Amino acid sequence: MKYVGKGLPKLDGIRIATGQPVYTEDLAPANTLVVKILRSPHAFARIKTIDTSQAVALEGVACVLTHQDVPQVRFTLAGQSYPEPSPYDRYILDEIVRYVGDEVAIIAAVDEKTAVRAMNLVKVDYEVFDPVLDFETATEHPSVVHPEADLVCNIDIGLEQEKNIVCSHSNEVGDVEQELSQCDVVVEETYYIQAQAHAMMETYRAVSYLDHAGRLVVTSSTQIPFHVRRQLARALQLPASRIRVIKPRIGGGFGGKQTGSIEVFAALVTLQTGQPAKIILDRRETFTSTTSRHAMRLKVRIGADREGFIRALDIEGLSDTGAYGEHAPTVFWVVGEKTLPLYNKTRAVRYHGQVVYTNKMPAGALRGYGATQGTFALECAVNKLAEKLNLDPAELRLKNLIKEGETALAYHGKRLGSSTLHQCIEKGKELIGWQEKYPRKDMGHNKVRAVGMAVTMQGSGIAGIDTASAEIRLNDDGSYTLLLGSTDMGTGSDTILSQMAAEVLETTLDQIVVYAADTDISPFDPGSYASSTTYVTGMAVLKAAQDIKSKIIQQGAKFLETTVAEVAFDGQLLQAGDKSMTLEKLAELSILGSGKLQLVGHGTHGSDVSPPPYVAGFAEVEVDQETGKTTLLDYVAVVDCGTVINPTLARIQVEGGIVQGIGLALYEDVKYDAKGTLLTNSFMQYKIPCRKDIGNIRVAFEESHEPTGPFGAKSIGEVVINTPAPAIAHAVYNAVGVSVTKLPITPEKVFMGMQNKI
Amino acid sequence: MQIETTINGKKITLEVANDELLSDALRTKGYLSIRQGCDTSCCGLCTVWIDGKPTLSCSTLAFRVKGKQITTIEGVQPQAEEFAQVLVAEGAEQCGFCSPGFIMTVLAMKHELKNPTEQEIIHYLTGNLCRCTGYMGQLRAIKKYLGGA
Amino acid sequence: MFTIEHVLQPETLEEAYQALHANISNTVLGGCAFLRLGSKKIGTAIDLSELKLDYIVEQGKEIKIGAMTTFRTIETHPTFHQLFNGVLPKSVTNIIGVQFRNVVTVGATVYSKYGFSDLLTALLALDTEVELYKGGRLPLEEFLQKSFPKDILTQLFIQKNARKASYQSMRNSLSDYPILTIAVSELNQSWRIVVGARPLRAQLAAQASEALSNSKLTIEDIEQAASLAVEELSFGSNIRGSAEYRKAMCKVLVKRGIMEVLQCK
Repeated sequence: MKYVGKGLPKLDGIRIATGQPVYTEDLAPANTLVVKILRSPHAFARIKTIDTSQAVALEGVACVLTHQDVPQVRFTLAGQSYPEPSPYDRYILDEIVRYVGDEVAIIAAVDEKTAVRAMNLVKVDYEVFDPVLDFETATEHPSVVHPEADLVCNIDIGLEQEKNIVCSHSNEVGDVEQELSQCDVVVEETYYIQAQAHAMMETYRAVSYLDHAGRLVVTSSTQIPFHVRRQLARALQLPASRIRVIKPRIGGGFGGKQTGSIEVFAALVTLQTGQPAKIILDRRETFTSTTSRHAMRLKVRIGADREGFIRALDIEGLSDTGAYGEHAPTVFWVVGEKTLPLYNKTRAVRYHGQVVYTNKMPAGALRGYGATQGTFALECAVNKLAEKLNLDPAELRLKNLIKEGETALAYHGKRLGSSTLHQCIEKGKELIGWQEKYPRKDMGHNKVRAVGMAVTMQGSGIAGIDTASAEIRLNDDGSYTLLLGSTDMGTGSDTILSQMAAEVLETTLDQIVVYAADTDISPFDPGSYASSTTYVTGMAVLKAAQDIKSKIIQQGAKFLETTVAEVAFDGQLLQAGDKSMTLEKLAELSILGSGKLQLVGHGTHGSDVSPPPYVAGFAEVEVDQETGKTTLLDYVAVVDCGTVINPTLARIQVEGGIVQGIGLALYEDVKYDAKGTLLTNSFMQYKIPCRKDIGNIRVAFEESHEPTGPFGAKSIGEVVINTPAPAIAHAVYNAVGVSVTKLPITPEKVFMGMQNKI
Repeated sequence: MQIETTINGKKITLEVANDELLSDALRTKGYLSIRQGCDTSCCGLCTVWIDGKPTLSCSTLAFRVKGKQITTIEGVQPQAEEFAQVLVAEGAEQCGFCSPGFIMTVLAMKHELKNPTEQEIIHYLTGNLCRCTGYMGQLRAIKKYLGGA
Repeated sequence: MFTIEHVLQPETLEEAYQALHANISNTVLGGCAFLRLGSKKIGTAIDLSELKLDYIVEQGKEIKIGAMTTFRTIETHPTFHQLFNGVLPKSVTNIIGVQFRNVVTVGATVYSKYGFSDLLTALLALDTEVELYKGGRLPLEEFLQKSFPKDILTQLFIQKNARKASYQSMRNSLSDYPILTIAVSELNQSWRIVVGARPLRAQLAAQASEALSNSKLTIEDIEQAASLAVEELSFGSNIRGSAEYRKAMCKVLVKRGIMEVLQCK
């Protein structure tokens, strides 16, 4: 293949790297109003009175909006295909504020200084309630976070408002209790995963204005332009046809921008004032007033027979969705979906539990989307089981993991289309030096080195739901325009989708203009999330390319006055016997001349399956026995993402995901004070890994061929974040015998663990 | 107040507020490569050179650059692009939002350090955060760039 | 959001000093790296840039460091790599990043007496004095312990002697602010043990220092000194660590510091 499998540079690489003005803020029109949000200082309160008179009177203030000025229609900001499983549980502004940082008033002024000054002049009198801050006792708490009668669920998710339960779930195949009782060895442990922050470098931002036809245009740093359009339509009570959403270059997303955290505020100001408006959250607001990963408690019970076959798996979950239910049910379901099928020698599996509302910042989508939480709990438990069985943890996995062509209880008979996970483990063992290094080596001077491992699966798109379209036009000069609704957020998806089109069309990349994403122009795409773009949109591109290719041949047959079967097309030239025509000529004649038909190829694709990519992750750490400090020396990730479309960009995806996983494992602590104020609200207090914190990272691919994917491809975006936490926890345990079950694995926890052992 | 300063080699008179930060002043003036990733002086996105030294423009009061030489990535496009070619070949620009500050620090390092070791490179760039790449590809790019430059 | 009403770039220290005392909201600017963290309303911001306080000079038996000297200058200055086993560069080298260290100044850090300061910890283990424009010259330790009327810190003096020193810090992420900082030094069998980021500001562990100075430096003596430091100083909790963990680390790092000094040439 000429383009698929090549490590080509990103189409936008040079321009974005050298600082060109192509991001949301750079594109704001002149004289744009600056939007600021007055936020709640209380975790749970009712606004008794709000006086905006002084603020409005200030020169330069365009408007100050409160809960009295917004439509009384509840909606969700979760970027999901309609009907969203997330509850419609918020207004643009509500009389009740549900967390510290919740929106109280929207202020728009000519500049930032004036807006801030006006914000300080808004007087609010609150009736403060007792907040629900501990998610483990939320169901018994006397306070009800969402008492409102107009909360709407599109589907039954097991909501019980009085108990602060947003979602209840149970999925059992076989009889778990009975199987566990028959197991020779059972391990049980409870794990906690913190509310990780996305920490993309470009904070949330959107610019809105009215166009020449009076339609609302919102340029936003978003992963989900079509979902944002629908959200705005509902929240603002406008027809979607009156709204256009444009996604320019965006500075990272990681799932954060799969929630429409900000667009509605700028849009409302523009509708109220008729003026352009921009909202740019600062880093503190990004930490305190958007979304995070769902913090969870996962209790795992896993049982095996004496031969080392895992026979029963039970995971009981409790998830903290915070003040609003964005992605609450789906993230929770994914915990089970991406763990139960892994070990398929089981006779019974179960995943069950609840998601609760609390008075903290809402959780949302974050790379991994529940699989990260599930992987940490399951893989820690599997490592514990291996120890109890006195088996090498790699051997235990090789013996129990699902293989290509097999099924699992949770698959209900469906067979796995592709997997090289077993090869990934073998390769990873070799790269990390498992045989020599497992489990530990004393280095003297109180330093111990050890290795640990974990495996994981994710999905590729959402089966039966994600449906993406792509269009390819043949232009009058013989070049193509590829129109997409997917949202390259730095990953390079525009580039790899062009590679796929070029492969089919046998053309060069410079002959393809790729455009994404703009709801006025792009064909529908849910957006880039759920590891869907390569797999789902990729297949749509493949279909669109095949479609236009066949249309080119048909048109060629007409011009060459022959049958389609006689025409050969090599990407540049159409030939039938001794007659030929260049593509350029065909394009010219079709569009400008006698052909009278601009050729457009369409592709729409959705998949009934969500084929899992896999990673086998191996960590080597050095632990200082006197301080508890863990230094990550080496991380090996061996990946099965099906066919690798672009090895350079795939490798970076893996490395970036691993480092984000290392952050979750070792550094990214989330702390609230007693009143529910987030303390870890800046890069000063919330530490994402820096260059010195990560050791060496090595990546290898073990390609499989996924029959349902474009050129055999699956996904890679999310699966790569899942293994570091359990693999590093395992390595730390192997080093010093301390099992840290509450992330992150800080020196203090390891040190205290060692003290308690003595 | 009005201050005389030099931006990318050109003498310029800037009208700045007393409490205006250099990062904001530069963006207002049209240097849109200036990005801010934090409010706590610790992400490195806003890095420019003041008299040749990589400096946080978000933590520098604009009036203080009176009489100094400011360099933004707009002023060193040929060198920036030369390195960007190597960076992009590694796929290590990713979202690109932190790239201008990062590249300005890499170029400053090249001026300041002779044949830096891997440790010295990592140390010099520790103040530049990146959430996309995991840093490894950036390191590969720098090594190639320094090796070939 | 901080605000600045007026700006003054005085040409003499006296002018700066007068301005500082003209109004309670008037403030001397340092590197300004932390200005944005607060919402200070500054009347007149006094910028010392014109006073040429950015220098490191060796004069006789002492080194003078001007208040406007940046951390990066400390980190890269050849003199400090030769003296005190490089304890000063070592203390500042892990702070955030190069572009941050090119901004923050020695004077502002010392005058502000930041609890988390790595540099203060190291300076306190050396023979350091501060000079205040009105208050004159006084030992750093005295400056840190007492409160003084508003003044302008102009420079530091460090005795150029054969003091051997070690700097240790405990950080989780390596570019984070420290959980605990330790500096240990020795000159003519007289030891100084300093502990900072407790999270209270750096302080000399006087009893531990004296006990160590009077000991035979056996491993038991060293451990005893480390334990004494833990006992005599107070430790608190913040988001980076608990008092209990800090105490434990104090013991470990003091011991490591002493051992390192003993191995210094």
